[in-house]
Amino acid sequence: MSDYNFAFLDEQTKRMIRRAILKAVAIPGYQVPFGSREMPLSYGWGTGGVQVTASVIGPADILKVIDQGADDTTNAVSIRQFFVRTTGVGTTTQTDEATLIQTRHRIPETPLAAGQIVVFQVPIPEPLRWLEPRETETRTMHALEEYGVMWVRLYEDITRHGHVETAYDYPVVVNGRYLMRPSPIPKFDNPKLDHCPALLLFGAGREKRIYAVPPHTSVRSLDFEDHPFTVETWDRPCALCGAAGVFLDEIIVDDKGGRMFVCSDTDFCARRRQACGADSA
Amino acid sequence: MSTDGERPLLRVRGLTRWYGPHVGCLDVGFDLWPGEVLGVVGESGSGKTTLLGCLSGRLVPTAGTVEFTTREGSSVDVLRMSEADRRRLARTDWGVVHQNPRDGLRMGVTAGANVGERLMALGVRHYGAIREAALDWLGQVEIDGDRVDDMPETFSGGMQQRLQIARNLVTRPRLVFMDEPTGGLDVSVQARLLDLLRTLVADLGLSAIVVTHDLAVTRLLAHRLLVMRRGQVVESGLTDQVLDDPQHPYTQLLVSSVLQP
Repeated sequence: MSDYNFAFLDEQTKRMIRRAILKAVAIPGYQVPFGSREMPLSYGWGTGGVQVTASVIGPADILKVIDQGADDTTNAVSIRQFFVRTTGVGTTTQTDEATLIQTRHRIPETPLAAGQIVVFQVPIPEPLRWLEPRETETRTMHALEEYGVMWVRLYEDITRHGHVETAYDYPVVVNGRYLMRPSPIPKFDNPKLDHCPALLLFGAGREKRIYAVPPHTSVRSLDFEDHPFTVETWDRPCALCGAAGVFLDEIIVDDKGGRMFVCSDTDFCARRRQACGADSA
Repeated sequence: MSTDGERPLLRVRGLTRWYGPHVGCLDVGFDLWPGEVLGVVGESGSGKTTLLGCLSGRLVPTAGTVEFTTREGSSVDVLRMSEADRRRLARTDWGVVHQNPRDGLRMGVTAGANVGERLMALGVRHYGAIREAALDWLGQVEIDGDRVDDMPETFSGGMQQRLQIARNLVTRPRLVFMDEPTGGLDVSVQARLLDLLRTLVADLGLSAIVVTHDLAVTRLLAHRLLVMRRGQVVESGLTDQVLDDPQHPYTQLLVSSVLQP
């Protein structure tokens, strides 16, 4: 342990953030403003997620941190070390062992369970941001449930590309009411949000907003009746573990155009390989 | 103008708007009947646009009442209804045609999306149906169906103005506010647009309030005329009557200052 307070933030700040989280849970999908603090990492690296995690973490928690689906990338390693140094909690890379998961870009392939909390790092919380520049107007639009303009965006995608081109941060409606940005997860992960047994918390540090999807809440991806929502598919399984129906990353393996497709969730992939014996790896 | 019922579509009484010590419009009152086109003329700064803003709920007047008769036949006070209701009314029963089409269009999306926006706001969730409606309305405002997937940016000024009109009419509003609809267009395009507007207004039984400083526009479009000066209505009456036999000195000046080629 260091000389910092438990989980870096002072107790009053944590109380303030917890109040925001409670309000967010009470109104699923609604963006609650909160007094975001300066954190010892730059904006865009997960300042919102780190503050939410710091406010809900306890000494008995087991923490997992993911960046782009991987446990061993720079951001994941730094944030995990940050919490180890300031709280002394145990960490894991295994999804089912973790009680608290902070993530960027992905929801783990291993199904989430009741009792788990997933914290998402959000760059831009406002789904209407690029459609309506005025904050006062977007708030009114949320208040009056005026979301037609979001379909204008989907219409535009279909018109230009023949299908909805939005592949990540795909807009959803939570609990049949609030339009929400699910942070930059691929739309592949959108169905996992729907009626998820875990508590999902979203923190945007620079934009000073927190929102939440409580367990077992409906999360519907927007679509047209004649252009229903679909997720990405791949025509091959993971080159390492052979898993199909999971989100794959394309990896360039040489400078002659060679490439392979592997699981983006490193924990899921490694454990599958372990289970079938080391030979396939 | 119309035979359905006794009640005017819009009933305005004592509408006043102050900008600090300066008057925007002062004690304006009139009735607009279904199917009627009302012209509002006057020089720059006479309060025409302020009046239009107050009527359409974009500006909050200092005093006065605006009553609108809904499709259901009941009368609502536009200035005292909730913001949610007013915005819904503005999306369905009203249209606003801006002088500069860029103010009324969504420039970042295609013509089809522009026309379909109101439908999507009303909850239409069928891509094919929205597209069909967009094509139909583009046809009605004489824009070639091939242009449905083009950006408004690539349209000429007259086409942009027609696109703006289509975008407003797609929900079949009953009242359209037009602020200098032909301003900034060259004369031949103006004539064509006026012709189109006149046809649409007649075919759809629209009521409209047309603000303009161009007397020729009102002669073609408007049934009745309000002449404004310094925020007040100085003369009103049938268009031909006001233009052919102006009573107020200001109206006489206005009519006589039109250039005759």
